[in-house]
Amino acid sequence: MSPAALSRPRVGVLAVQGAFAEHAVALADVGAAPAEVRTARDLDGLDGLVIPGGESTTLGLVAGRSGLLGALREATVDRGLPVLGTCAGMIVLARATACGEHQPLIGGMDIVVRRNAFGRQVASFEADLDLPLAGPDPLRAVFIRAPWIETAGPDVEVLATWDGHAVAARDRTRLVMAFHPELTRDRRVHQVFVDGVRDRREGTGPAEVTRSGGARVRAQ
Amino acid sequence: MADEAGHNGRTGTERVKQGLAQMLKGGVIMDVTDAEQARVAEAAGACAVMALERVPADIRREGGVARMADPDVVTRIQEAVTIPVMAKCRIGHFVEAQVLQALEVDFIDESEVLTPADEAHHVDKRLFTVPFVCGATDLGEALRRVGEGAAMIRTKGEAGTGNVVEAVRHMRSITAGIARVRSAAPEERFAIAKEMRAPLDLVEQVAELGRLPVVNFSAGGIATPADAALMMQLGADGVFVGSGIFKSEDPPARARAIVESVTHFADPEVVARVSRGLREAMPGLEIAALGEDGLLQARGW
Repeated sequence: MSPAALSRPRVGVLAVQGAFAEHAVALADVGAAPAEVRTARDLDGLDGLVIPGGESTTLGLVAGRSGLLGALREATVDRGLPVLGTCAGMIVLARATACGEHQPLIGGMDIVVRRNAFGRQVASFEADLDLPLAGPDPLRAVFIRAPWIETAGPDVEVLATWDGHAVAARDRTRLVMAFHPELTRDRRVHQVFVDGVRDRREGTGPAEVTRSGGARVRAQ
Repeated sequence: MADEAGHNGRTGTERVKQGLAQMLKGGVIMDVTDAEQARVAEAAGACAVMALERVPADIRREGGVARMADPDVVTRIQEAVTIPVMAKCRIGHFVEAQVLQALEVDFIDESEVLTPADEAHHVDKRLFTVPFVCGATDLGEALRRVGEGAAMIRTKGEAGTGNVVEAVRHMRSITAGIARVRSAAPEERFAIAKEMRAPLDLVEQVAELGRLPVVNFSAGGIATPADAALMMQLGADGVFVGSGIFKSEDPPARARAIVESVTHFADPEVVARVSRGLREAMPGLEIAALGEDGLLQARGW
């Protein structure tokens, strides 16, 4: 294997349902080797994982039935596999949802999210969002029936807010966004995530999956 | 049409409308007629439901004019589930579409399953904040709908028959159209656009992308997990199941099986496992027995 291939981190994309193909393209663009994850076996040998947007109930139910949900919990919670979750991906990584819907979650991140918080599809929107993690220029963020973070624990850093609500956050191994960085050509979010995954794998950088850069803002 | 949301975000942009379709990919959208069926669909893992008064098999049997669902039916279904709720309007009936947008459905299906309201024109879908999905039988028809603002396409198949043959025909026809556009020389695209009656800029986009510019689901006649996996292997981004679930003997089991089959469409062992013990599928209809007048797929211009 060439040195270039060796330095390409292997990042899985949960391919149960949703916009997984878009994430795979974005990951390849920033120098990762994407791999679709449909079964627990597919988690072997990964350096990082993306949980895409889609319908969070579908993701949880379908992954739960095949035993994949437990394997995802083991990988991200017990083994600390770095993970990027967007929209539905953020919901399933949360420890709870605000309305207490009975839906299976991976959990592990100390946030409570409100599903469809901005409203139904008529209220879906795009906007320029300040996300210091990605750099000084605002990021075009696409919010689709999007959730927001209602409460965040002390170990969670809020990275961006919109209309007073937390919409991006991280902890030691998780990076979550209420919007869809995979739907635009701007690759900064994927770049930050993959850089973190590479640093962690090679032991050359901080243990954190995402390097510093965001202002520390506490959600409510 | 894009509008300013209260907080300076822009709603109803192409990206926001097509984006919801992208989130539905790899999923199953199920026809439901009441809140109870909607809950069964959601619990089975459906990525959205289509709110209807009658499923296509009943529309076909009972005849008469089929219209947009009663707003009460739509609202009860919206209150029952958290997944997106779609609803159908008649082809060209832009006021039914306005009503459905006022009800805040998440997607409008301008559908040949209902009785057309206009014999020449479809709804100008660019004027709406809510995204539309439209049926198509070939690439030209798909691109005409996208040109009118459709954010998602579904191959029509033949709704209410439980017979997958037309769904296959339409998916293959779109795939063949794309292959033809891709292999054509740039100067040939003008004649192709004219022949297909499709906007030239969209033909050029297809040549560049090598696929439709929007998400494409399969619909019309899917009754079994194997049918669903067949359509996925033929290139569908996901499937609509209309009468196939709630006209079968064991709807919850069949709904779950079809969801799993769509996720693992390339794994015959999973499709085999989920196909066991589902009891009877919906009774099927032979397409030839329907006659020219019985074909819903011919509606749309």
